[in-house]
Amino acid sequence: MTNVNETLIPEIAEIKNIRVETPDVKTFVVLAPDGVKPFEHKPGQCAMLSVPGAGEAMFSITSSPTDTEKMEFSVKKCGSFTDFLHNCEPGQQLTVRGPYGRAFPVDTEFKSKDLLFIAGGIGLAPLRSVINYCRDKKEDYGKLDIVYGSRSKDDLVFYKEIIEQWRTDKNVNVYLTTDREQEGWDGHVGFVPNFVKELGFDTNRVAIICGPPIMIKFTVANLLDMGFEKTQIYTTMEMKMKCGVGKCGRCNIGSKYVCKDGPVFRFDELDTLPNEY
Amino acid sequence: MFKIKKDEIDKLFEKFGEAYDLFLPVGDSYKKYEKGDKQSEKYNTVRSPKDFFFPQTENMMKFKVEGKKIELTDIRTEKDDFIVFGVRACDAKSFDVLDRVFLSEPVDSYYAEKREHGIIVTEACRRPSETCFCQTFGIDPSEPGGDISVWRDNENIYFKANTGKGEKTLDNIKDLLEKADENDIKPIKEEIKKTLDRLPLKDVKTDGFGAGMTDELFERPEWDQLSRSCLGCGTCTFVCPTCQCYDIKDYKTNKGVLRYRCWDSCMYSEFTKMSAGQPRLTQKERFRQRFMHKLVYFPENNEGVFGCVGCGRCLNSCPISMNVVKVIKTLGRQK
Repeated sequence: MTNVNETLIPEIAEIKNIRVETPDVKTFVVLAPDGVKPFEHKPGQCAMLSVPGAGEAMFSITSSPTDTEKMEFSVKKCGSFTDFLHNCEPGQQLTVRGPYGRAFPVDTEFKSKDLLFIAGGIGLAPLRSVINYCRDKKEDYGKLDIVYGSRSKDDLVFYKEIIEQWRTDKNVNVYLTTDREQEGWDGHVGFVPNFVKELGFDTNRVAIICGPPIMIKFTVANLLDMGFEKTQIYTTMEMKMKCGVGKCGRCNIGSKYVCKDGPVFRFDELDTLPNEY
Repeated sequence: MFKIKKDEIDKLFEKFGEAYDLFLPVGDSYKKYEKGDKQSEKYNTVRSPKDFFFPQTENMMKFKVEGKKIELTDIRTEKDDFIVFGVRACDAKSFDVLDRVFLSEPVDSYYAEKREHGIIVTEACRRPSETCFCQTFGIDPSEPGGDISVWRDNENIYFKANTGKGEKTLDNIKDLLEKADENDIKPIKEEIKKTLDRLPLKDVKTDGFGAGMTDELFERPEWDQLSRSCLGCGTCTFVCPTCQCYDIKDYKTNKGVLRYRCWDSCMYSEFTKMSAGQPRLTQKERFRQRFMHKLVYFPENNEGVFGCVGCGRCLNSCPISMNVVKVIKTLGRQK
């Protein structure tokens, strides 16, 4: 047999625990059968999860690499395989392969800077990995501002963690918003792009955005209005993927493959790509 | 360089057939050699020899799923050496394109295993078809490459090993071979050059394509008209020797799950459709992707090498007579 680093053949792993985040988002705690993390990763990287016969799909790893005990995936129920996953119980084995893709530049371009995280809905899942990485290494980063919005209060993912852990950190500010008024919600009401503008951040920081395409579009436009440069704004992209290593041919935007050249892109890089995302 | 008399080729096939799995173009397609098979005199096979290294479907692994438990079995097996005989220069060049995809890090072991065991015997193209345009991509059909190159004239068939693997293969049949001289094949090469000058597509040029041309080409209005009649059937991608897109799928057997890979096509809407949306909404975007990939994106990522070898199969097989040459002529800078 040719001796190569085989990437299409996965490892067996197991769902240890499942947390219900919202009516349609669950967080799956995944471990190798011997109880350790399946592999190491960097913030922003992804992995292929599968239950043979039910499907295989790419998910962002939502836990931080600084979590030495487990790997977590927050999955929104929105298609056949995610439906299947939502019906699984702890103890269900699955297969996992990865990590895939280019991570956020936490050790270079983010280092010692103030960071502004902006997320909408399930878009907070890939950013949680970076946020918790930076929280765990707070001496390496400046202030962390997190603007997060969802359709309703019940659709805010990681709500407990935000309130009990992120908000209690000295160097972290969290600004929550929901699209509509709702009984029991006395926080901000309004869409994320406008909220970011109202909060009026100065441009001496790096912005990291993830959410629905329409939210990203308007938020970036507002950040540019506020004086941010495209080189200060990062996002992470989503495309259909099968291999994860730039060979199956479907996740490209122009000559870049989201699976290996991304999923993390800086906005000035996206500008050089054709408008097909 | 070696030669054998033309009428001794059957002996050679028999000998090769004893030592290896030998595949020959017979009729319109490649076939495993059996005694008595004659090599086709046709221009080229309908399907390309990429099948030998990147088959249309390929089993990858097996799973046993019992309750919540999953067991994985690696079903890769050691392959025997095999010969693909009579490969044209265009198709030989297509392996260079496929290698750049599958053998770049991380190496695809399924493909690498077959490349390691496959011996490619090419043949100088004496009868190119009117749909051929390999010259557009700098391919010389009189020097077809591969592990062993073959030339023929009316009396003899000439063999030259180009690689160590090719030399070892010729060693196996050395008692059939006579020494020959490079000069013996000069007239054949000259004859091929003359034939090439008569080809209708000999002047197709790639001016205006290649790395860095995305901005200039992507929003061109001609894509609308070029793609308007595309049926999205995917035939062009299946006959193409360089198309390498694939899908990975599971098949439930009564014993478990078989995971296999199969060819896929950027011409299909399902190719990029996900629950979060569809980045290529209409056939125009899918059509543009296919040609932009071959003529701009691939060269951009591969030192200028184009993802087309001018074999002409898509010219022959497209049901609406659309093809890469029409795209090149419509959007290129060539006057």
